[in-house]
Amino acid sequence: MLESILSLFNLDFLYAAVRMAIPIILAATGEVFLQRSGIFNIGIEAMMIFGAFFGVLGAALTGNSWLGVLFAMLAGSLTGLAFGFVVITVQGDQTITGTAFSIIGLGLTSFLVRVIWGIRKLPVMVTPIERWPVPVLSEIPYLGRIFFDQSPLAYIAYVLLILATIVMFKTTWGLKVRAVGENPKSAASIGINVIRVRYLCAIFSGSVAGIGGAILSLSELNMFVDNMSGGRGYLAMASVILGRWHPLGAALGGLVFGAGNALQMRLQAIGVPIPNNLLLILPYVLALLIMVSVYSRSGAPAALGVPYEKETTIE
Amino acid sequence: MSTAVRMEEIVKRYPGVMANDHITLEIEEGEIHALLGENGAGKTTLMNILFGLIQKDSGQIYLRNTPVTINSPSDAIANGIGMVHQHFMLTPVFTVTENIMLVDRSPREPFLDHEGVKRRILDIVQSSGLHVDPDAKVSSLCVGDQQRVEIIKVLFRGAKVLILDEPTSVLTPKETDELFVVLRRLAKQGHAIIFITHKLREVMEISDRVTVLRGGKVIGTVLTKETSPDALAKMMVGREVFLTFEKTPVHRGQKMLEVIDVVTRAGQACTGLKGVSLDVSAGEILGIAGVDGNGQRELVEAIMGLQPIESGDIRIKGKSTRGCSTRKIIDMGVSNIPFQRQTEGLILTFSVSESLLLKEWRKPPFTRNGLFDKKVIQNTSKNLIKEYDIRTTGPDAKVGNMSGGNQQKVILARELSRNPDILIACHPTHGLDIGATEYVRQQLLNERDRGGAILLISTELDEILAISDRIAVFFEGQVMGVIDAANADLNAIGLMMMGIRLAEIKKNNSTGEKG
Repeated sequence: MLESILSLFNLDFLYAAVRMAIPIILAATGEVFLQRSGIFNIGIEAMMIFGAFFGVLGAALTGNSWLGVLFAMLAGSLTGLAFGFVVITVQGDQTITGTAFSIIGLGLTSFLVRVIWGIRKLPVMVTPIERWPVPVLSEIPYLGRIFFDQSPLAYIAYVLLILATIVMFKTTWGLKVRAVGENPKSAASIGINVIRVRYLCAIFSGSVAGIGGAILSLSELNMFVDNMSGGRGYLAMASVILGRWHPLGAALGGLVFGAGNALQMRLQAIGVPIPNNLLLILPYVLALLIMVSVYSRSGAPAALGVPYEKETTIE
Repeated sequence: MSTAVRMEEIVKRYPGVMANDHITLEIEEGEIHALLGENGAGKTTLMNILFGLIQKDSGQIYLRNTPVTINSPSDAIANGIGMVHQHFMLTPVFTVTENIMLVDRSPREPFLDHEGVKRRILDIVQSSGLHVDPDAKVSSLCVGDQQRVEIIKVLFRGAKVLILDEPTSVLTPKETDELFVVLRRLAKQGHAIIFITHKLREVMEISDRVTVLRGGKVIGTVLTKETSPDALAKMMVGREVFLTFEKTPVHRGQKMLEVIDVVTRAGQACTGLKGVSLDVSAGEILGIAGVDGNGQRELVEAIMGLQPIESGDIRIKGKSTRGCSTRKIIDMGVSNIPFQRQTEGLILTFSVSESLLLKEWRKPPFTRNGLFDKKVIQNTSKNLIKEYDIRTTGPDAKVGNMSGGNQQKVILARELSRNPDILIACHPTHGLDIGATEYVRQQLLNERDRGGAILLISTELDEILAISDRIAVFFEGQVMGVIDAANADLNAIGLMMMGIRLAEIKKNNSTGEKG
């Protein structure tokens, strides 16, 4: 048994770990920006499930899965905008709002599926986005197979990740986002539009989480299944904290969870004498363990979770 | 000299208050202009209007005689107006350069220009004398340095008009002197400087002209050299004010509070106490001077049993408080006016009578057989409201809706009416206007004359000097020295606040005299 378990850790395992990490990494990249701007978004789950659903809807309507991805991005952005409205403009509690969004996301998509396509034995299928080995790069020994033999959407995730890192630390825009999340009052005092920065981060976060969701329904599978985001939004959030609010760190966190998921599936496949249901929770137990052992607020944006209010005071 | 700013007939109304009532103010280039007034006089509102943080209801602002519209801080900055806020607007985890970089467009947009910004900062450091390391993290800088960063930030954007909101409230006397040197230099270079304050001594020292506000109106603008602190105080308050108190000679009684070599744990944000010893006798006021954050809070929390002590002992009337709960310590006759009246001293949603009762609520006559006696509570509250001149609609009014001065009076009434043996007063007049300050200080003196032992903690040296009998100076969790308040050497206190021990100062002085 032990030998067969050890034999699981091969190239295919690493490939699968990356594949499963990509949706989490995408969502985490957006979440890094949103949290750096001072907003704690527990509702990524909603952005992902909307992405997954509207991706399929778009693909089914247009017959083009890439247009489906565009639908997913739009749906995610709008979710981000709506979330932004509640927590930025109305200044609702971010934890409660995020939780509500997650619940609404899961319920509403399941509802819409039945309204649009009726109750049927098999879900509506669309043409999946096939995996596409990058010429030359996929020939690199080991790394090629692990990173460059993936879905095209994974490459988008890589590019976004690199861009996000550059924007965050090398551009005036990134400095503004960080300033807003650290001390919105002082940011406002030097003419930074706190509200606008936060809205833009919410919309960006929504749109990339939407793509993350679309990977699940348009690349991993070719259909929408109820609750298919399966807690990946929460794992993305955990990745952000694990990665200390750095895009690359968050990506590393995403990889850990992807690996956990891949391992869990492999253990199921070789038939370890553990009930499947227990194996399924492996990534989440992993998340919990990591949070308990490494969580601290050090490195967290100082104004994370605090609504910004323009003040009018007398003296 | 030409006019830099002219604010004409500025009006700002808030529900129930005229914050600015047709205010006209003129600032000249190269001038340091003090804006003097009590809390609520409208100084900050007026300056927030000039800086675009608040919109005026009517009136007109002119810059160099040209009418301008200022709807936001960006407009103000574009017009060469900069403001240094009382609470610093800096991001602690950023470096000085990063903080300053944020305020201007980068020449390499969208990329940051670290080197270019650093060079420009160093230029400003050179010409203004505001010494600061551009690569230092703001969180590692002391308060005085952070203030310099704020001023550099304002100059970086090319401000010709500088608004400084109570800039000295966070500084040591030496840092204040250094700030004044810089301000004079900037004024000489042609900057117009508006200096908001309620400290008369500083007005007399630094300003060329003073405009006094009271109740949202301009009472007058005078040349500093043609006025006096007493005249200014009268303009501010609208009546004669007694800035100095008649103090009876001290009659020391029994030692009430003894702090013996107390050590508390240092944390990230606090220095902890590193072996503090002091004592307070009945009938005297011991003032604790020092810059905020040098162990004052730890001392109070240790005495009140809110923070465990690692070693040493605290004795109240000779009895050790080791292992005593805070309630027990309170019952031993200790009263405390805490640092933060709104968060530590009061529960803002409580009524006046509930607030007055917070310490004695569980004792007769207020509680009998586990139930409140409403009648006794109402009557006691009414008496205290009258006795301590608390301006309120009645015992049921919410303390959260009252002014700072009245909130402080509620706390005073609660703490003093218990006739405590020991009173610990932390920043008792912080944020209060002259009238209320005078009242609170007089109450503390009355308490002393009654035979109470008072530990007065204040960052305002004026306050310590005005009513203390002895002064202990704190620095990084240690006592630098204790001196008599009568004929206290200000210079020595200043040196001790910066960490030089009294013994060393004395030694240097005596060798200095010899040489």
